[in-house]
Amino acid sequence: MTNIQELQRISTQVRRDIIRMVTNAKSGHPGGSMSSADFLTALYFGVMKHDPATWTRSGKGQDVFILSAGHLTPVYYSLLSRAGYFPTEELATFRLYGTRLQGHPCVETGLPGIFQASGSLGQGLSAAAGLALGKKMDKEPEKVYVMMGDGECEEGQIWEAAMFAANQKLDNLIAMVDWNGQQIDGKVDDVAGLGDLEAKWKAFGWETITADGHDFTAILDAYAKAQEACGKGRPAVILFKSDMGHGVDFMAGTNEWHGKPTSPEQRDKALSQLEETLGDF
Amino acid sequence: MKKYTDTGKKDTRSGFGAGLLEAGRKNPDIVALAADLVGSVKMDAFAKEFPERFVQCGIAEANMIGTAAGLAIAGKVPFVGSFAEFVTGRVYDQIRQEVAYGHTNVKIASSHAGITLGEDGATHQTMEDIALMRALPGMVVINPCDYNQCKAATLAIAEYNGPVYLRYGRPSMPNFTPEDQVFEIGKAITFNEGTDVTIFATGHLVWESLGAAEILEAEGVSAEVIDIATLKPLDVEAVVASARKTGAVVCAEEHNMCGGLGELIAGVLASHVPTPVEYINGGDRFGQSGTPAQLLKAYGMDAEHIAEAARKAISRK
Repeated sequence: MTNIQELQRISTQVRRDIIRMVTNAKSGHPGGSMSSADFLTALYFGVMKHDPATWTRSGKGQDVFILSAGHLTPVYYSLLSRAGYFPTEELATFRLYGTRLQGHPCVETGLPGIFQASGSLGQGLSAAAGLALGKKMDKEPEKVYVMMGDGECEEGQIWEAAMFAANQKLDNLIAMVDWNGQQIDGKVDDVAGLGDLEAKWKAFGWETITADGHDFTAILDAYAKAQEACGKGRPAVILFKSDMGHGVDFMAGTNEWHGKPTSPEQRDKALSQLEETLGDF
Repeated sequence: MKKYTDTGKKDTRSGFGAGLLEAGRKNPDIVALAADLVGSVKMDAFAKEFPERFVQCGIAEANMIGTAAGLAIAGKVPFVGSFAEFVTGRVYDQIRQEVAYGHTNVKIASSHAGITLGEDGATHQTMEDIALMRALPGMVVINPCDYNQCKAATLAIAEYNGPVYLRYGRPSMPNFTPEDQVFEIGKAITFNEGTDVTIFATGHLVWESLGAAEILEAEGVSAEVIDIATLKPLDVEAVVASARKTGAVVCAEEHNMCGGLGELIAGVLASHVPTPVEYINGGDRFGQSGTPAQLLKAYGMDAEHIAEAARKAISRK
């Protein structure tokens, strides 16, 4: 049984990492990193079957995670390092010249834990579907997880992939949407009218689960439901309702911090609201 | 000059289909993905023999490229097939991120390329694809000249680990290269040795260039004909050596003037051995409907036009 308090401690440290990384890099995407920090912490520390010691890019023998919303590298790199894929000290090199921690995920630098390059939105669900199909062809029991932003669901390719995964009965594929309602230009509903996201996924034939993306009990329950749905002929999606910038009062609930780093003063103010639980990098 | 015989007209796309089937029999990791054009892109035989390794993606090419990348990460050797326009321009960003930057072992099988597609007209007659694919770091770009070579190239890329763009056509064209050839990626193939001018050609225009060499021979001009089947990586050594020998060059391709064989060769020669170069290509234009033969003539890509370009290049020595 996963300890919810432990997950809370990890995600608080992850939020500290996010703030410190983007301030250090003078660039990066803290807003969505903080809205997805809780359910991604749960994924890496309570849900996914994975082992940094035996990790290979092919994902053989392990669960796979694809970050389709590639700009969310602050939360991704923090989690990978906290999970043991590479030293936490390396987080200090985020976005700096010569780093393995490129602005968006890549495989060229050989950073352990990264399965595929991402950043150009809307493509990760297709790659995840390919990986899920490959696992099925090889009769591997492990699962493939993929995370998209809600704004990202404006990309047509997401729905090509949604149709494909359902038609192929990829019941080893679990997608998560960070449903924070914000994107660069404003509220998702104002910018593009995404409409009834639940109805859309259901209509595409997916097992559709909605959960509070900041309540660990609800998060773990949603993952459990998605896993129970596996092997029953359809892919599953969890729509995690979340707040952009969650965890720091002046960053929460606005799109202002989508792609803007905190200044040193703002960092200090933010860190005063986030307890150092695991030791800063 | 050496004589080449058309052993019976065949389409290069069927050469791909035959190669895919044979490669599939050798390697169980090979999978094929199509976007509703299984018969047109000649994946039907593979799909019939290996239904569990064939993936129908529907008319959704962007997802097909990403799915192929995922399969490659999982250890498969995916071939994606569609019309040239739909596996290049339509999905350029997907190829760039998922295949090229993602370093995935995906083979892009690009049928119906060039003006010789004929009656379908300009929307489908892609002549910009080589430029797009050449610009991607690490992408191998191959444009075989006939059925036999396309089959051999398909077998070769199946064994190569890395992204490949394989471009070929729809119409039945002369089949004149050896049936048992082994295709070497990155190697220029000399079809006729000559001393007065070199014709570098790719794809269907290799046959036209051999026709041009015959016309020139009757006039006492010795033309070297070199098939640049692999545009990337280019066989720089062979290109430079031939240009140094003949001192005059023609580049012939079924492609836009931008970013294709002509600019590629001219760039290499400018660095190594400045040489007069004449160009046979589609210019900066779109195609139009017509028969392949009509269009080759109308767009100045047939043997007569290539011979004239050779005379001009020689006159500029």
